[in-house]
Amino acid sequence: MKAPKDNIRNFCIIAHIDHGKSTLADRLLELTKSVALRDMSDQILDNMDLERERGITIKAHAVKLDYEADDGKTYELNLIDTPGHVDFNYEVSRSLAACEGAVLIVDASQGIEAQTLANTYLALDHDLELVPVINKIDLPAAEPDRVAAEVEDVIGLDCSVAPRVSAKTGENVEQVLKRIVEDIPAPEGDDDAPLRALIFDSVYDSYKGVIVYVRIMDGKIKAGDTMRMMATGAEFTVVEVGYMRATSMEPAKYLSAGEVGYITASIKTVGDARVGDTVTTAQNPAKEPLPGYRKVNPMVFCGIYPADGADYEALRDALEKLQLNDAALSYEPETSGALGFGFRCGFLGLLHLEIVQERLEREYDLDLVTTVPSVIYKIHLTDKSTVEIDNPTHYPDPALIDYSEEPFTNAHIYSPPEYVGAIMDLCQDRRGVFKDMTYLAADRVDIHYELPLNEIIYDFFDSLKSRTRGYASFDYELLDYRKSNLVKLDVLLNGDTIDALSFIIHSDKAYARARKIAEKLKDNIPRQMFEIPIQVGIGGKIIARETVKAMRKDVLAKCYGGDITRKKKLLEKQKEGKKRMRQFGTVEVPQEAFMAVLKLDDDR
Amino acid sequence: MRPVGLYVHFPFCDGKCPYCDFYSSSEDEKTKTEYANAVVKKIAFEKEENGFLFDSVYFGGGTPSVMRGNDLKRIAEAALSNQDKDVLREFTVECNPSSASAELFDTLASCGVNRISMGLQSAVDGERRALGRRADAGTVSKRIKEAFSAGISNISLDLMLGIPGQTRETLKASVDFCAESGAKHISAYMLKIEEGTPFYEMGDKLVLPGEDETCDLYNEACEELEKSGFRQYEISNFALPGFESFHNLKYWNDEEYLGVGASAHSFIGGKRSYYPRDTAGFIGGTEPVQDGEGGGENEYVMLRLRLCDGLTEEGMKRRFGHAIPEKMRKAAERFTSYGLAVSDERGIRFTRKGFLVSNSLIAEIIG
Repeated sequence: MKAPKDNIRNFCIIAHIDHGKSTLADRLLELTKSVALRDMSDQILDNMDLERERGITIKAHAVKLDYEADDGKTYELNLIDTPGHVDFNYEVSRSLAACEGAVLIVDASQGIEAQTLANTYLALDHDLELVPVINKIDLPAAEPDRVAAEVEDVIGLDCSVAPRVSAKTGENVEQVLKRIVEDIPAPEGDDDAPLRALIFDSVYDSYKGVIVYVRIMDGKIKAGDTMRMMATGAEFTVVEVGYMRATSMEPAKYLSAGEVGYITASIKTVGDARVGDTVTTAQNPAKEPLPGYRKVNPMVFCGIYPADGADYEALRDALEKLQLNDAALSYEPETSGALGFGFRCGFLGLLHLEIVQERLEREYDLDLVTTVPSVIYKIHLTDKSTVEIDNPTHYPDPALIDYSEEPFTNAHIYSPPEYVGAIMDLCQDRRGVFKDMTYLAADRVDIHYELPLNEIIYDFFDSLKSRTRGYASFDYELLDYRKSNLVKLDVLLNGDTIDALSFIIHSDKAYARARKIAEKLKDNIPRQMFEIPIQVGIGGKIIARETVKAMRKDVLAKCYGGDITRKKKLLEKQKEGKKRMRQFGTVEVPQEAFMAVLKLDDDR
Repeated sequence: MRPVGLYVHFPFCDGKCPYCDFYSSSEDEKTKTEYANAVVKKIAFEKEENGFLFDSVYFGGGTPSVMRGNDLKRIAEAALSNQDKDVLREFTVECNPSSASAELFDTLASCGVNRISMGLQSAVDGERRALGRRADAGTVSKRIKEAFSAGISNISLDLMLGIPGQTRETLKASVDFCAESGAKHISAYMLKIEEGTPFYEMGDKLVLPGEDETCDLYNEACEELEKSGFRQYEISNFALPGFESFHNLKYWNDEEYLGVGASAHSFIGGKRSYYPRDTAGFIGGTEPVQDGEGGGENEYVMLRLRLCDGLTEEGMKRRFGHAIPEKMRKAAERFTSYGLAVSDERGIRFTRKGFLVSNSLIAEIIG
């Protein structure tokens, strides 16, 4: 039975990573008996293995909870989960747009962190009613009073009635439900107006096709309607509408204004049901789409190659399947002299890249070689034309380049004040431009830098964590393109340029990086039958060199007693070992060496 | 029927050398005699059933010389029964200087043995002790003279390279010893630490010459041996002209041989097989374990490339009816400019530098 509009509450939970979002969501599911206790495994909302392992929510999900309040009424609570990483900021913003309110979780021991603020600002941008919740009061280091004061000071939220809970033990979690009902407004919207439904997520299902998650702003939708995507113009016949439950889908006759639910319509790829698009009906179309749609563009690119060339088809199939579910992933075939046939893939950010890579390796059992990630550079040529380069292989002849531009980001780092020096050193080292620094509280500083994107995409976050012993958090968004002194570094093994190892870098960084690469290669290329010169250069100019000495001894001295089979087996093993090597011109490089070079920054 | 080689393994030693992973144990005299009985029975069966003729007999181990002379004699008689005297070309017995004796050499000579192989390893007594060798170099000299007196002039000595404490100087002393001893054949093996041996267990406590030093020692050994007239004909084998080991050449030419005894390997009729490393089992009549096909092109190439003559067009044509495949030529030619291999009208062969990395080269060539 449908709840009256007044009894609907649409909300999301926002929190910094590890502040307990998924755990609280699980408690809410339990309290509303949305899931039988025997079905409870920890963190139901995060249902991808990867999400569990990384403790982050990658994609948004939604669930409808029935809550019987003290006033005797049953409320329909729609919890819309949000991705928790900067790579997915746009998707977060669409989830927020589907809500009237947000539960803001703050860790009672850690206080406000980067994403607490970033998400709060996003929520305020969407005029959401915020319900602050102080979590983890069971921790020995918990200081709920201090953190509540911090939330009042920094964000300006009244925390006098803020529930102080332990999502882990369940203590006081009931109060969160009460506050949601009392503080978050019911949705508005006109059931009789033309349909306008906001897509805040879409997931590919091999039986039903794409499942489109929507918030109905105006109008109604039911099975049999012809739905129209306002941005793409694509039309589909609605097969089913309904509500998402914690462990199942519950079909409904129709969805109406204010509700959150799903639509299926035999849609084949999520690319046809893009997050942020507005669904209307062909019969009675809305005049204007909902505001805020934009097509998400990849910001980080790298080549992905099968370690074994024979797996090319399998890699293509896997990417195709992943893309069904991930409209932000782009790929197109490319070839490398060194790595053979593969794909140039585009990602929202480095985490997105790593997730895709891991899923390819784990779910599709592929052995991959990835090239150095790159951003999009704008290269202005002397003939006044401009090329956009995301692949160093396409870097133009330097003689033809007038000037180059690289993307910059607006970056905020939140940290205890004692790490400011270390953070500024790091940002200076990464060519950051200092903007300002604000004390959010006595022990919380917001350091604002403009940082080149290509300095962030390698290992900025890891370096930041290690320099601040994990206390700092970080958030960034793309800002603009700026003139920059870029060069392309080439790696030569035994005189042959290895295209897959080339990359574009700021000239100030070129020498140090070149030396480091040469050293890494030297350490990771096993001795071969001849000496291998390793050179790293800019254009024809070599700026770093190392040598892998020739292998001298690899021989079975003994071969008597007639045990030929043993010797054959040893040689077989040797051949197997070779299979894992990549032939670069005359030089064989094991995959590990390749990875070591690409992960150059790991031990910086 | 074409004659084949016979290898008999004697899995007995008075003590175990710390580097050795060949199959052996110390057993009582009764077991040794039972073992000899089983060997005699097996050889007699093979000759009877399959009509084998042996042009080469090799008693290896372990230590054949810890057997009673009479037991060795019975086995020799079984091996050479029902075949013309001139079929046999080479009859080698491995002897340990500490267990051999003038009397044993006389017995062996009387059975047709014409070649003795002894483990010298090093002529420097300090090095010999580190290797767990029980006799000193003087004893080795004495044994060689005794073999000569018994009428066996073809003596082969084993040298070991890359052993603890070895330097170019001590190696030269060992080579000089070989040259002066009257030996006709030298096998110079690089010490390889095999899993399960006491040397392996010592781990880092065992101080060995490094890779580069061992390679230098190998080159030094090759040069010094050649100076003394020992021509290198295989990665680890050197001989005065005409004294190349007829038996071992069978292995490297991928030719047939029958192996009898615990852990002995056979290659007969295109099939490889071996007896398990189990003395009691062999005495009890265990059958050999099948070990797959042998004699294929890659195997032939792998073995021939151990020889200084290498893989020849002539040999390839004779054995497989065609020239050396283009793929192998191409692979080999990649290494010629680095001085690792030679590829010419005669065929493909490795240089001394190439021998040192022969595993990699062979793996490349047979692809």
